[in-house]
Amino acid sequence: MSRPHDMGGRYGDGPVIPEAEGKVFHADWHARALAVTLAAGAHGKWNIDVSRHARECLAPMDYARFSYYEKWIAALADLLVAIDLVSARELSRGDADATPRARATLQARDVSAVLAKGGPADRPSDIAATFKTGDAVRTRRIAANTLVDGGHTRLPRYAAGAVGRVVRFHGTHVLPDRSAHGLGEGAEPLYGVAFAASELWAHPEHPRDEVVLDLWQSYLAPA
Amino acid sequence: MPHDDPDHPHSLLPPDPALRVKALETILTRKGLIDPAALDAIIDTYENKIGPRNGAHVVARAWSDPAFKVRLLEDATAVVSELGYYGRQGEHMVAVENTDVTHNMVVCTLCSCYPWPLLGIPPTWYKSDAYRARTVREARAVLADFGVNLPQETAVRVWDSTAEVRYLVIPQRPAGSEGLEEAALMNLVTRDSMIGTGLALAPKDAS
Repeated sequence: MSRPHDMGGRYGDGPVIPEAEGKVFHADWHARALAVTLAAGAHGKWNIDVSRHARECLAPMDYARFSYYEKWIAALADLLVAIDLVSARELSRGDADATPRARATLQARDVSAVLAKGGPADRPSDIAATFKTGDAVRTRRIAANTLVDGGHTRLPRYAAGAVGRVVRFHGTHVLPDRSAHGLGEGAEPLYGVAFAASELWAHPEHPRDEVVLDLWQSYLAPA
Repeated sequence: MPHDDPDHPHSLLPPDPALRVKALETILTRKGLIDPAALDAIIDTYENKIGPRNGAHVVARAWSDPAFKVRLLEDATAVVSELGYYGRQGEHMVAVENTDVTHNMVVCTLCSCYPWPLLGIPPTWYKSDAYRARTVREARAVLADFGVNLPQETAVRVWDSTAEVRYLVIPQRPAGSEGLEEAALMNLVTRDSMIGTGLALAPKDAS
């Protein structure tokens, strides 16, 4: 029921190591990995939820040992083969079998405009908002995609079955649980929900601390 | 989509990460699917054009213009768009303000969501397992890793960005910054202070 990316609240990860401001990429290949991923994504063959799910589907051992951009590249390679833009044979050769069979969608002159345009996730929806700010809600008890076994969801395990209160309404947004699997966008109301630390953790650091998550209406029930 | 397949295609790429990326770039370029000049333009954008000074500009203005701050807290997306800071990974912005009673902190436990147009590409620690795993459960211990110790009367509110909404923390305006112009105030606003793992600098500590 879980994948290795869902690590919120896990023990044993050691200290966070701060880093000075100003150094964007620590190696040239980090920069290339980011750019290759964005440029390949510009073909529009997948959406952000599909690409997140591809990273989540890395084997736990790979997920744990890969650095951040290695995860990106591994997931991109898997995705390119899955949608048949690149063959397994080409990956193993490290070169293309035939040249060229397509045209780059993203040209250098268009990069600024494409990055500036973004990809908003809010959509009209005919699903009415059933909660309002201040309402008590309970999250789905098992943090899993209800449509696809082992599928993508944005409800972290640590917040499953917890009671919180609605603190924000963000409008209606694409539902990742559908969108990651080609099941349509299924836009529905999205809320910011605050959970007391004592609701989530056996030993909260401070009685008044809390965690806020953005959660879709179908993740929630009245509490 | 591959599901729990022991033979993930990526395992066919070279084991060394730099060679791995190079191989994929070569394949995609030869197939005409990507243009190396576009890659250079993307890298130039995030290395030189988009970074935390954008966010610092927003915060400095919020500190010096109360009406701007009210609008920022009401509709951050509209306000940052007017300043030209709308874009990829910043399509739905929310600004949250630190006070004496609440300290805000941002994490993405499921991946590494981050407001790129305002803060640029996230630092390594933001993307690390340690930050993602620990921040929701022990934000104060994580803050201590950054040398930040909050008073007991301040509650911590951690925002776990599970959707496409991106959060910008407005740090508290430091004492001694009264009367400073926007440009001088910007120098007090650090990247970490806008994530909530740091505080704004005192004027004497700003370079």
